[in-house]
Amino acid sequence: MPKARTIHLTVNGVTHEGVVEPRLTLADFLRGELGLVGTHVGCEHGVCGACTVLLNGKTVRACLMLAVQADGAELTTVEGLDEDGRLHPIQEAFLEEHGLQCGFCTPGFLLTVYELLEDSPEPSEDEIMDALGGQICRCTGYQPILAAVRLAAAKLQQARAAGAGQQAQA
Amino acid sequence: MKPAPFEYFDPGTVEEAVSLLREHGEEAKILAGGQSLMPLLHMRMARPEALIDLSKVAGLEYIRETDGALAIGAMTTKRAVERSPLVHTRQPLLHAATRLIAHPQIRNRGTVGGSMAHADPAAEYPAVALVLDAELRAVGPDGERAIRAGDFFQGYLGTALEPAEVLIEVRFPVLMNGMGWAFQEVSRRHGDFAMTGAAVTLTVGDAASCREARIVLFGVGPAPIRARGAEQLLVGEALGEELLERAGRKASEDLDEPLTDVHASADYRRHLAEVLTRRTLTEAAGRASGG
Repeated sequence: MPKARTIHLTVNGVTHEGVVEPRLTLADFLRGELGLVGTHVGCEHGVCGACTVLLNGKTVRACLMLAVQADGAELTTVEGLDEDGRLHPIQEAFLEEHGLQCGFCTPGFLLTVYELLEDSPEPSEDEIMDALGGQICRCTGYQPILAAVRLAAAKLQQARAAGAGQQAQA
Repeated sequence: MKPAPFEYFDPGTVEEAVSLLREHGEEAKILAGGQSLMPLLHMRMARPEALIDLSKVAGLEYIRETDGALAIGAMTTKRAVERSPLVHTRQPLLHAATRLIAHPQIRNRGTVGGSMAHADPAAEYPAVALVLDAELRAVGPDGERAIRAGDFFQGYLGTALEPAEVLIEVRFPVLMNGMGWAFQEVSRRHGDFAMTGAAVTLTVGDAASCREARIVLFGVGPAPIRARGAEQLLVGEALGEELLERAGRKASEDLDEPLTDVHASADYRRHLAEVLTRRTLTEAAGRASGG
């Protein structure tokens, strides 16, 4: 039996220590060891995108990484999106536009949209399609998800404008 | 769908990685971005006893221009290549091909060196390396050596790398002035592996006659291949519509029997080879400027 390794990582702002066997995937570590079951495991070979999380701010497939490789990393999972129980604007947009039905794929979509809108606050249709192309949804037919992304972009723009306005007043 | 047990090593230098490879021999596998190897581990199609992760090796992530080439470190991600202004301006064919590889979430992890060393017959980067005549640099027990792309890819998932060699850099020649280029593929959905793809570079002389042509097809055999018969048809000729159609037919006819699988039949791949050769040649001819 290969030696287990001790890893330290930050997930949603909280530091964790884990003792892991090398073959344990990051997805299984998050779910099984940390109890963060919002990261869903679908295909386990990188195709479906359900397990997508943010690793140092970039989307990655948590099933295509070993937990040992996340030693020292900062991760964001779907559990880290809301603030004190208030949904993130991206989550609100998905709710309002019916961007989910069964919800299995949703965590991966939310984090993908998070990265997209960080990189590109006013994304073109091409950019949206390129980002979402890596995520599979079997319920919605994607149109409500596209609408949710556009709404989320608008909500975040508004929030930024309001924040800038408040700063200007102060 | 869980990997079989393995020992995990994360060396800090290329030399340590090489000595680990020597120690474990054929039972060891190099882990780069993991976007191809991890699925193989999950499905237990690969069961290495030792996994040697290059992610802690310092100095393998860079893109710089040297001696008329873009030198790209083996652990540079596809996302970094996609977003590099240097790549976009100096080797647009590499940029265009990168945009067709899987999805942003995969390009965030997948590496240049990993794609070359894995050598999937339907992958974009081996075809890019072959059409641009890239040079692949590897370090082994006897030091560093350079391997031309034409010698590097050898059969299905096979490369010229020795068991204890680590790929450290790929050098893609920059686009020459006036050179035309194109890269196209047909896949079921954007981001899927290509059923067939084509990559082309062209230079033209006076009166739009072709001086040199390189045509590479991928997804049609065990490794990317040059369509040499079609290339020869073009050299010295004016690049008219009828000639490009003939070149497409020639490239398709010259293929050994392509693979039939769940995605496409051999006949369909042969058809795609003809169409994509013609389309890429037409696109490249439109970009080429003589002088």
